[in-house]
Amino acid sequence: MMVRQNFLIAVLFGMILSGLIYLNNIQCSCNQQITEQGFNCSQQITEQGIIKPKWKQKIFGLRSTPGLLYNQPSVLVGRTDVASVSPWSAPIIWEGNFDSTLIDSIYKQQNLTIATTVFALGKYTRFVKDFLESAEQHYFVGFRVHYYLFTDQPESVPEVKMGENRSLTVQNVPSLNRWQDISMSRMEKLENLIENELVNEADYIFCLDIDTKFYGRWGAETLGRLVGVIHPWFFDAPRSQFTYERRPESKAYIPAEEGDYYYAGAAFGGSLEDVHHLTKTCREQLNIDAANSIEAVWQEESHLNKYFLLNKPSKLLSPEYMWRDINEKAAQIKIVRFTNVPKNYAEVRPNP
Amino acid sequence: MKLYVFLHRLIYLNTNQNSCKPQIIEKVITKKNWKLKNFGLRSPVGFVYNQPSALVSRTDVASVTSWLAPIIWEGTFDATLIDFIYKQQNLTIATTVFALGKYTRFLKDFLESAEQHYFVGFRVHYYLFTDHPEEVPEVKMGENHRLIVRKVPSMNRWQDISMGRMEILEKLIKNELASEADYIFCLDVDAKFYGRWGVESLGRLVGVIHPWYFDAPRDKFTYERRPESQAYIPVEEGDYYFTGAAFGGSLEDVHHLTKTCREQMNIDIANSIEALWHEESHLNKYFLHNKPSKLLSPEYLWRDINAWAAQIKVVRFSHVAKNNAEVRPNA
Repeated sequence: MMVRQNFLIAVLFGMILSGLIYLNNIQCSCNQQITEQGFNCSQQITEQGIIKPKWKQKIFGLRSTPGLLYNQPSVLVGRTDVASVSPWSAPIIWEGNFDSTLIDSIYKQQNLTIATTVFALGKYTRFVKDFLESAEQHYFVGFRVHYYLFTDQPESVPEVKMGENRSLTVQNVPSLNRWQDISMSRMEKLENLIENELVNEADYIFCLDIDTKFYGRWGAETLGRLVGVIHPWFFDAPRSQFTYERRPESKAYIPAEEGDYYYAGAAFGGSLEDVHHLTKTCREQLNIDAANSIEAVWQEESHLNKYFLLNKPSKLLSPEYMWRDINEKAAQIKIVRFTNVPKNYAEVRPNP
Repeated sequence: MKLYVFLHRLIYLNTNQNSCKPQIIEKVITKKNWKLKNFGLRSPVGFVYNQPSALVSRTDVASVTSWLAPIIWEGTFDATLIDFIYKQQNLTIATTVFALGKYTRFLKDFLESAEQHYFVGFRVHYYLFTDHPEEVPEVKMGENHRLIVRKVPSMNRWQDISMGRMEILEKLIKNELASEADYIFCLDVDAKFYGRWGVESLGRLVGVIHPWYFDAPRDKFTYERRPESQAYIPVEEGDYYFTGAAFGGSLEDVHHLTKTCREQMNIDIANSIEALWHEESHLNKYFLHNKPSKLLSPEYLWRDINAWAAQIKVVRFSHVAKNNAEVRPNA
């Protein structure tokens, strides 16, 4: 009698438990599912309300203020010395093909936050002051910007006066012995940063090299879902000469007859969701290579190029946005906005 | 007894798993369940095509607007590449036309030419609004292309027919298309396709540059110039003159467009004013303040197949010649 009673209780318990587990699984549709298209909560709670992912960025239209005056755009006249769209219709941003007043007016209405990451490990902290001071002069002026500075020496971060709506968060990271490892490990750190902190905080993110400086406007014309910068040394080279990874053993491999542009690893960006997918994919590919004892010829830049081949950027920035050196000229470069600063490799890098 | 305690604890834990509760985020309340998801531009491995250039392009036209929306001209896009990218997205493109009164005579050419040139290889649902469903011709549809005929009441004025489209479109999108289609194009029926109209035209909000005004200064655009109208645009404002004969985009954006135009037209009616070019005037007002994310060049709505202009290398879609007095219900 007692045994049967206990048995019945156990069965009842089991049924309730299964019921609870079932209900729990249904409700857990908000768990971050990395679907093909990125973060997406696929289930719908009600007719009208959707479980939206927690990404802050909402898709705004391009609302323009009534009464704003600016030059009439042209249907027939544009720069004739450069291409302003890619073959998949992504705009390529050059001086002269956008109206900065109009663009600022459109994007200022969106109350945006732009996260911006830099890594300054070892002796690279010496670049931070010029980077930040010049950014405060030229980079998204008038917009809300959160810089995230990763460093192994937080005490070396200089005091830089920030404009209104600008902030700097310093993140302490462990030192690394090889500059290649420092460079490649950024992908994982960025992936984690976006996932853990930025999702409700920022609309867009740019990931920039620190051994650089701003000399001209870098503004809302650069915003897009997935943004790559054309490398300053290869913008007029045939694809067979791009320094893609050419060994099929690497996940970054691109054959000689493929490739659109050669993109710089020193600057890329986009929406949080898209950049998360980018950094996650690159991190995974880097790990697979590491397990196979192969390191791509240009480290994470090779993997970035592979990613951009298969996931076309929605916007490209011309080499104005990542130039060789402030003293270098090229006919098509009417303005240098952001460029590498000269450095003595032997002196600043932890290894050759 | 212990069992009950355990059960209780389980129930407690379950209800406390708040991370799974749906969050109605501040800015997003009661969003429609739009079918279109935000796809990236995925390109398949091993796909070979000509190298794009950062420096070489057409020099006789502008290929971006000043707010960086691409302007689509022949030579500015790679059709093979674009088709490959978009074929992966399993898209449905809704396409609306209105053929009332004698305008049913344009249907055969419109549909037959569309079947040859318009989103070939993609899923297309035509929604044809007519007051004479019996006059709709039999047109052989390609695989994945479908025609849905809707009866609407006749109207006495062609201006009313034209303007009435906005409200019908607004309702169609809201009531039917939201989970059916990813993009929609709204096209005039007295027109015919002569060349490719494909996925290069897809975008969130797409306007077509009017074929008669693409090289005119803005003060010559035939915007509505009376401040009493909701469609009013002052002479020192305006980007392009867009045609009312073709526009499109994502369902959500076109819903907002059609709803806004419908509301503005109703305000005008209440104030006894009819904009100079009817819903085209309101469309232009809308596009001034809600910039299109992509513009189609006049290749996508040309004057006449026999008319020529230096910049037009391909005529893709064009008005057909018609005798206005003969086909319209009123002058």
